Amino acid sequence: MPEHTFRLNGEQVTVDVDDDLRLLWVLRDVLGVTGPKYGCGINVCKACTSHLNGKAVNPCAIPVGNLKPTDEVTTIEGLPATVGADLHPMQQAWLDHDVAQCGYCQPGQIMAAVALVRRAAEEGREITDADLDGIRNICRCGTYFRIREAIKSGAANM
Amino acid sequence: MTSADRSTHPESGTHVVGRRRFLGYVLAASTLVAAAELGAAPEAEAGIPSPEPTELLDLNDVMTAAALPTSDLITVEVHTDGTVSFALPRAEVGQGITTSTAMLIAEEMDVPLERVRVTLADARPELLFNQLTGASNTTISTYRPIRVAAAVARGRLLQAAAVELGAVVTDLTLKAGVVTDLAGRSIGIGALAEKAASVRTQQVAVELKPRADFTVIGTPRNRIDALAAVTGRKKFTMDLDIPDARPTMVCRPPTINGTVGSVSNLDEVRAMPGVTDAVVISTGVAVRAETFGQCIDAVRALRVVWRPGTAEGQSDESVLEDLRAAELPLGLPPLTPSVEGKFTFSFRGNSALEPNCAIADVRDDRADVWASLKSPIVAQETIAARLGLPAHAVTVHVAQGGGSFGRKLFFDAALEAAETSQKMGKPVKLMWHRADDCRQGRAHPMATSRVRISYLGNTVLGYQQRHTSVATDLSHGLGEVFTALAARLPVGDAGFSETFFQLSQSMPYDFGVSSRLLSETNKDFNTGSMRNVYSPDVTCARELVVDRLAAKTGKDPFRFRRAFLHDDRSRAVLDKVAEVGDWGRTMPAGTAQGIAFHSEYHSVSAALVEIDCRPETVNRPVRDGVAGPRVTKAVFAVDVGLAVNPRGLEAQMMGGVMDGIAQTLTSSLHLRDGYFLEASWDNYFYTRQWNTPPELEIIVMPTTTGEPGGAGELGVAASMAAVACAYGRATGTMPTRFPINHGTLSFTPKPTVPPIPPSPTDGLDHAY
Repeated sequence: MPEHTFRLNGEQVTVDVDDDLRLLWVLRDVLGVTGPKYGCGINVCKACTSHLNGKAVNPCAIPVGNLKPTDEVTTIEGLPATVGADLHPMQQAWLDHDVAQCGYCQPGQIMAAVALVRRAAEEGREITDADLDGIRNICRCGTYFRIREAIKSGAANM
Repeated sequence: MTSADRSTHPESGTHVVGRRRFLGYVLAASTLVAAAELGAAPEAEAGIPSPEPTELLDLNDVMTAAALPTSDLITVEVHTDGTVSFALPRAEVGQGITTSTAMLIAEEMDVPLERVRVTLADARPELLFNQLTGASNTTISTYRPIRVAAAVARGRLLQAAAVELGAVVTDLTLKAGVVTDLAGRSIGIGALAEKAASVRTQQVAVELKPRADFTVIGTPRNRIDALAAVTGRKKFTMDLDIPDARPTMVCRPPTINGTVGSVSNLDEVRAMPGVTDAVVISTGVAVRAETFGQCIDAVRALRVVWRPGTAEGQSDESVLEDLRAAELPLGLPPLTPSVEGKFTFSFRGNSALEPNCAIADVRDDRADVWASLKSPIVAQETIAARLGLPAHAVTVHVAQGGGSFGRKLFFDAALEAAETSQKMGKPVKLMWHRADDCRQGRAHPMATSRVRISYLGNTVLGYQQRHTSVATDLSHGLGEVFTALAARLPVGDAGFSETFFQLSQSMPYDFGVSSRLLSETNKDFNTGSMRNVYSPDVTCARELVVDRLAAKTGKDPFRFRRAFLHDDRSRAVLDKVAEVGDWGRTMPAGTAQGIAFHSEYHSVSAALVEIDCRPETVNRPVRDGVAGPRVTKAVFAVDVGLAVNPRGLEAQMMGGVMDGIAQTLTSSLHLRDGYFLEASWDNYFYTRQWNTPPELEIIVMPTTTGEPGGAGELGVAASMAAVACAYGRATGTMPTRFPINHGTLSFTPKPTVPPIPPSPTDGLDHAY
């Protein structure tokens, strides 16, 4: 089987799997990184949202063969280290607003929120209601309102 | 802080006049283990001391006395590191009961909340019907027993501290997990954990902390598992690392409950990359591989000839015909004026975001199963029967659940995992694909509800409601196997459903002679009650006809309801939403307010929403989703009697509002040709951010009854009804079919063969 190497949460990792194995299963089943969740497997529910070179992506839809050795994959487990703290400001905002209910979607929600705020910042603007309406991540517990509140708070501290 | 005036042993009784005492236990153990009976903790009669061991006749009596009362106890344990642990015999699925339970213990023991660890108990058959998580009953049923056990522990700690410090108990205070005497000397509960242990099991009577002294209960607290959730450290079933439990999925039939006829390429699939096993099981063809990605490929590669399912050829239209045929008469038309309405509620999926899943490790003589289960005892008994093992050889571990909404009352994946593990002779980590979860998972049954209200002048004379539903599977019964078996009998099941219906429905208005009847038909589907069971549909129908009656008699919907509500608690929540939501404010054409009321689980609730049904809103562009009318504001008031954790209660109501919005406006399953068309979250339109009200306010009313009512499901009914009422007022047409968009199919159905879609490869193209 071919070897694949990429950076995961700040470390170089190498796995021996087929090219077309989706990154989600490389993370969860091969490397034991279980923060990204399975909710649909077809890039709809967004429960597996993670970052690739700082942008939000869904590992369920990325064959591992698409990754370059220098590509940096960040899962929820590696998010705090990107700001050199125990918790990323967005995670802290999530705690402040007690957002989680069952918690299953929350790693993906937080990773999506961080990417959304970064994108708005790059465009030189604040997060808008339209931005929040555009988030596709499912929360079946229905914590959507607290998610919106937390993103606004977290954005202020990013 | 509380002083030590709640002594463990009743003394003179002088300082406890008027106070109720409850019986608990100290168990024989190496560190302090205090316990109470789950169910109704027995009340100790004032002045009668606890039975002493000397009253027992011989060793046998002692052993019997020791064993009997302790077999069904819940236990609070104090550890030498100063923590307190408790194994909750319920399922945490997001509703926040581990947090509220920790709060009860922290309150009664005067220990910091962060030092209380609450885990989920394995299936405990000795608890009989007392390990079911449902009917929003957890806090109602455990509120007293958990505090009794904690109070016993507290009393023992104080006694042990008195010995250590050479003080009398009444001179001691316990605060933040530290006992201090009058001289200021102190000792932590960790240091007391062994000293307070008992060498024999004994019964003790305790008083509970009076409500006036509460400093934890009733205060808003964050979830105890919040940090784990936001860091990705919270472990759900599929995150557990069980040795050799490899990913496993099932190739499922194209129609509901179809079965395998033959498989033409089993050996070929077994040779696919990563695949270790492929076997036919009762629900399809199971494949086990090194990764789930390889399972998906293997499932898609299987060539199976399928036998018909249980709902072959059935469709929304045919089921609606079945319902019409099963509808009970409303009775003769009344001689007085009346208003009527008939409403249709589509099938709805109760999938959680975490799909059906379970881990099973079945050996020749024993089995271990891990899953989020709300009826673990029935699961244990059923799995044991399927495997041909005695029940005690099957250990069922209850994992943290990624949502339930009724789905986890059942254990379909656990049973399937056990069967698969036995057939493969290997441990399996079995997960349903999302498409499986939509199409073969349980659904809230389609139903119709007919309402007639008769009146004369300003008096309502009578209320009739006839609810007709595809049969709801309630075979998890009350969680205990004998009840479950009774529910599976045709007669017993019908009786149970009707009983459940009558017990869960009530008439909050003074509407004269009232009757509500349930009629069920068609058992061909995999059903299960969704959050709040019958109430959202029943209440929605009722509240719409109440609006119609108010309109017909020229009354304001808020004032009309207020005039007829039974009691002060009910009027108070209705008044609150009207006040906070500015009921009656002027709004543009095409937008409107709606208001509704619902009471259940000893709780009362009211919702006020504002909806925007203007074309520019309804037709706003949303990719692969449903826009439709937007609920722009929701105000919800709730009185649960006593809110243990108001912040958690707010969260449950918020979720209920989102469910109510979904059920009125967007979310349903479409049945055609014996299968549900939906196979994705972009087919089944649960509320998304673009449907979420930008303004939301939840009001937790001040304590009324002083006893906690139910909350987990409470928020759905009033929300659904208020959205429906608002829609009717905004459009000028009372909605009669739910969700309102059901007649328009807003997606292209995925194929049924293979049963699951391919994994996409274009993820990099969507980076943002």
